[in-house]
Amino acid sequence: MSPSGPLTDDGLVQLLTPAGERVDHPDYAPRVAHLDADALRGLYRDMVLVRRFDTEATALQRQGELGLWAQSLGQEAAQVGSGRALARQDYVFPSYREHGVAHTRGLDLTQILPLFRGVDHGGWDSDALGFHLYTLVIGSHTLHATGYAMGVQRDGAVGTGDPERDTAVVTYFGDGATSQGDVNEALVFAAVNNAPLVLFCQNNQWAISEPTTRQARVPLAARGPGFGVPSVRVDGNDVLACYAVTAEAAERARSGGGPTLIEAFTYRMGAHTTSDDPSRYRSAAEEDYWRQRDPIDRLDAHLTTTGELSDAFRAEVAAEADALGERVRTTARALGRPETSTMFEHVYATPHAVVDAERAWFEDYEASFTGGDR
Amino acid sequence: MTFAKAINTGLRKALERDPKVMLMGEDIGTLGGVFRVTDGLAKDFGTDRVVDTPLAESGIVGTAIGLALRGYRPVCEIQFDGFIFPAFDQITTQLSKMHYRSRGRLTLPVVIRVPYGGGIGAVEHHSESPEVLFAHTAGLRVVSPSDPQDAYTMIQQAIASPDPVLFFEPKGRYWEKGDVDTDADAVAAPSTLDGARVLRPGTDVTLVAHGPTVATALKVADAAAAEGRSVEVVDLRAISPLDVGTVVESVRRTGRCVVVHEAPVLYGTGAEVAARVTEECFYHLEAPVLRVGGFHTPYPVAKLEHEYLPGLDRVLDAVDRVLAH
Repeated sequence: MSPSGPLTDDGLVQLLTPAGERVDHPDYAPRVAHLDADALRGLYRDMVLVRRFDTEATALQRQGELGLWAQSLGQEAAQVGSGRALARQDYVFPSYREHGVAHTRGLDLTQILPLFRGVDHGGWDSDALGFHLYTLVIGSHTLHATGYAMGVQRDGAVGTGDPERDTAVVTYFGDGATSQGDVNEALVFAAVNNAPLVLFCQNNQWAISEPTTRQARVPLAARGPGFGVPSVRVDGNDVLACYAVTAEAAERARSGGGPTLIEAFTYRMGAHTTSDDPSRYRSAAEEDYWRQRDPIDRLDAHLTTTGELSDAFRAEVAAEADALGERVRTTARALGRPETSTMFEHVYATPHAVVDAERAWFEDYEASFTGGDR
Repeated sequence: MTFAKAINTGLRKALERDPKVMLMGEDIGTLGGVFRVTDGLAKDFGTDRVVDTPLAESGIVGTAIGLALRGYRPVCEIQFDGFIFPAFDQITTQLSKMHYRSRGRLTLPVVIRVPYGGGIGAVEHHSESPEVLFAHTAGLRVVSPSDPQDAYTMIQQAIASPDPVLFFEPKGRYWEKGDVDTDADAVAAPSTLDGARVLRPGTDVTLVAHGPTVATALKVADAAAAEGRSVEVVDLRAISPLDVGTVVESVRRTGRCVVVHEAPVLYGTGAEVAARVTEECFYHLEAPVLRVGGFHTPYPVAKLEHEYLPGLDRVLDAVDRVLAH
């Protein structure tokens, strides 16, 4: 760990220490004051389920059932905390490992599997959930989010004071993405348009094998002010702090206060994807450091200390996680190969002569193997 | 009216017809665009609908995608052909594929207007013809009008299309005039967005062109006629989808084909047309299909562009060669 530059943990908003003790914060503690024991147990449950989903998917990839998997292990607090701070009408543009956010938006997690199994490029109804499809080209979607937020503005769904109408748009991206032109352009467009946007950067310390020090010389949140975008650094393994800073930023967006950049300082405990080997680029000591800051253990410790997490509840959540794991396995294995003809569908919204001709030729060609005349 | 005014009028009609239509680009508002194609529109429709954007092409197209997802119909202007490359990623990896990967749930009715082509004595990056880079990408429609009437009609049809459309405007033709019927309902008209058209009938050779080279092709036909040769001119209009049928039908009648475009010949539109014609007209061909276009060099300095571009003489030479077979 470097004590300075982008790896410093200075100035992080924290409401829950790694040992699980509540910390006061004059600006942000009030943002979670309404979360009672039930709500906190809900966050615990969310994080456990998401982790189980992630663990099962990783195992399925190892068994050859998925072509690839992007793990969210260790980032549950950043994702669940921020996701649970959003309103139903808010709209999220994720990158490709936002499984925890997906869960908070009501996506049945198994719907993420087809993309990674290679049977679908998308797979869910983004408009119904307010959760866009995953985007694999790093940072591209931050511009889509900005444009969407400009549309929200034009629709008059900002600053009306109607809690059912005012809408925030949230986009998730990683530390590596902050080097991309698109993310910087998103900051420019969002700033000059005062777009109702929250740019949520999960600084998980590694862009595949490159540390954040290869992307920046200053904390990533320091980029915001140069664009005129208020920025905040938050302990990304603290689910309450992530909830609080996102709630504040989303409220600013909805009320017409413009964009906010959040840097959630967290850690990817797994590999970037199942195709890389973190032991080649980082130390066991570093992983151990972060293991002791585990987001689920932290909330567990807090709720245990305050007597709000019983063994019975823990067992209930564990059983639910087991059931989810089972469902993930059976769902993944049951995902069949799509019909070949679907390859030619939805290339265009209206007929396109070349696609039509190629589809017709291919169908004819295939029919020739089954006894049909060509 | 001029070609530029025809597009301006088409944009105005689209803005009037659908409140979700909006224009975005660099300098398109107060200035009215560097070619004045959007002249007066910001004044009449407001700066929320005719938006001067930051100077960032990827940002223009990327935010247009988001606006389209929210239900808007953005029409982006890329100031010059050679400046489209910063937006190349957004266009080819995002704009083109969203409908496909959402299995049809999402459509992106985005138009990207690109003033393109050479012959105006400009500096580098201001005269290129990158249309096949986009035609090669599934999910995009790529079109180019060649006269004011088509410009007026096709821009409205492009905006009405639920698919993303790359709308290549031959900037060298912006100031040329032609009759435009603005009373006709361009959107309801039979689609010209997909179809090639026989602009001038002939019997000896088919000359295939699009955008800026259509005018050249017509001049070639005139010159050839003076020598007693009958040249049929086909204006492709669309590069994707390519209307192979119209071209093939023509070549089956004439038996000869020359394809002309400003972009480099290597892997260009002419390669595609020649291959298709060879596949479908093999027994009708009296001569190999010839291509006339740019060379495999960067677009040259303006003082040499006359030699680079397929002008009257080079096209006539190709016509002579196919007729010599």
